[in-house]
Amino acid sequence: MAATYAHSNSPRGIHYLAKRLRESWQWYLLLLPALAYIIIFEYGPMYGVQIAFRNYRPTRGIWGSDWVGLKHMIRFFQYPYFWMMIKNTLSITLYSLATFPCAIIFALMLNEIGVLKVKKSIQMLTYMPHFLSEVVVCSLVILFLDRTTGPINNMIAALGGTRSNFIADPNAFSTIFVWSGVWQNLGWNSILYISALTAVPMELHEAARIDGANRFQIIWHINLPSILPTIIITFLLRMGGLMSVGFSKIYLLQNSLNLDTSTVISTYVYEIGLLGGQFSYSTAIGLFNNVVNIIILLLANKITSLVSETSLF
Amino acid sequence: MKKRTLTQTTPGDKLMTFVVYFVTILVALICLYPLYFTVIASISDPYAVYTGKVSFFPVGFTLDSYKEVIKNDQIWQGYANTTFYTVVGTMFNLALTIPGAYALSKQKMFGRGFLMMLFVVTMYFSGGMIPTYILYKNLHLVDTRAILCIVGGLSVYNLIVTRTYFQNSISEELYEAARIDGANELRIFWNFALPLSGPIIAVMALYYAVGHWGSYFSAMIYVTKTSYQPLQLVLRRILILNETAFAETMDLAVSDEELAAAARRSYLATTMKYSLVFIASAPMLAAYPFVQKFFVKGVMVGSLKG
Repeated sequence: MAATYAHSNSPRGIHYLAKRLRESWQWYLLLLPALAYIIIFEYGPMYGVQIAFRNYRPTRGIWGSDWVGLKHMIRFFQYPYFWMMIKNTLSITLYSLATFPCAIIFALMLNEIGVLKVKKSIQMLTYMPHFLSEVVVCSLVILFLDRTTGPINNMIAALGGTRSNFIADPNAFSTIFVWSGVWQNLGWNSILYISALTAVPMELHEAARIDGANRFQIIWHINLPSILPTIIITFLLRMGGLMSVGFSKIYLLQNSLNLDTSTVISTYVYEIGLLGGQFSYSTAIGLFNNVVNIIILLLANKITSLVSETSLF
Repeated sequence: MKKRTLTQTTPGDKLMTFVVYFVTILVALICLYPLYFTVIASISDPYAVYTGKVSFFPVGFTLDSYKEVIKNDQIWQGYANTTFYTVVGTMFNLALTIPGAYALSKQKMFGRGFLMMLFVVTMYFSGGMIPTYILYKNLHLVDTRAILCIVGGLSVYNLIVTRTYFQNSISEELYEAARIDGANELRIFWNFALPLSGPIIAVMALYYAVGHWGSYFSAMIYVTKTSYQPLQLVLRRILILNETAFAETMDLAVSDEELAAAARRSYLATTMKYSLVFIASAPMLAAYPFVQKFFVKGVMVGSLKG
């Protein structure tokens, strides 16, 4: 064995390593900007996450601040509104997860449209809201739901109902948040499924026809199973962000009247961390949030890899 | 011919066709309507909008709200800032993403798996808002224009999409031929790979540009100087936080005439918001029909697992 190691063609030989490095160094050079970027701006903050276990003081720096262990985490768990935030975070994310099938159903329906021009036009119109900025979408939501001038309240009034200030109603918050998201992203999220559906072989449909299947049966037994791997991958990616709800959008729709249901972990981190200056405490909360996210992702991945062939890792 | 035999069979299938057309067209109209309403409300008589008389067609055409909005200097300042951040930021993004993705597409690169892992980890784990802020603070980047070009410099998702493109769309034989001719790897990237990657560069530029254009949050955290603020923050102040969009401050009303003017202004405030939404989204929506297919292509490339 020792003899082969010394040989220059051996996979573990020092010459082999030198050869591989000589072969790769120019690629490393191309990769360098991207690598440097993530090391500084992604791994740098990860290194700084240790202030979650310290009493960070800007004048002392990260290293000079005292260790306090799990003090900040424990303080968060004992915070009176801890469970309210967990509940809000979970209910908003589970609610949006419940709308996950919308894009699939939409894609399956669109696939049934035989007239190509109609199909293309519908696709084009439904992708459009995706390109509006978050601020614009939230502004539209607020304008449309306005009690006196909003078209939705106008419609309710025209139909004989009573006007309501939805945006200030804590009970309406998650519905507004989730369905405005569906409005913005339904078409866009369906692209993957639509493209997966075009790959379903025509022969399968014809064979099913001959066996006497109706269109619904074809969709259920042929189309849906063929896009299942795409569905699972998309679903898993969604699960990874389960606890980190679209924070910037929540923050835009939040107001002093709906705080009871719109305060989620990430908005709290921003409030007390950047606005309140409690750096260590809010970092601990952020870390807790991130760890929970990863656990959920790994669990979801494990479960799907057990029940089906598809998984992320 | 095949389509006919497939679609016209049982009454149940015909019902299905009806439901499919009805639902999908309805969805498309719901997607369109808020944008359509924005346009018609912005050019309608403010009082008609205020009293809910506008629903499908503009009422009493006027451009008053646009005239008022374009007087606001903050909006133009924001527009200029956003354009700057979008252009410079996107170039920075591309300079990191394209060469990096090319390198990662090389199966023979030593340590490729490990390097890839370094990138993928950042998709799921991050230091979080506060440690990131402290880092930028220590680097003296807070409250500079540079930070808004640097933040979000690399999307690992986009990196993977681009890498997949390089792996699947350019054949390795081409590179081999260049190598035999004596070109080194950097030259091969510059002279062979780059000219062939036009489509993916376009897709990435668009993805990143849309991100820069629409982001308000980094600016809210890292930039306090009003003159550095991007358009989205100005929009947020006016549309979400309800700050007045009128260029000049309103005087306290005393006479009847001034009261009437004040009332008119309060109606105008609503239509001004609609015109602002339109002005802020117009560039995006104008470019949309032409760039749409690039975006869709980007999603498709990304869906290939690799």
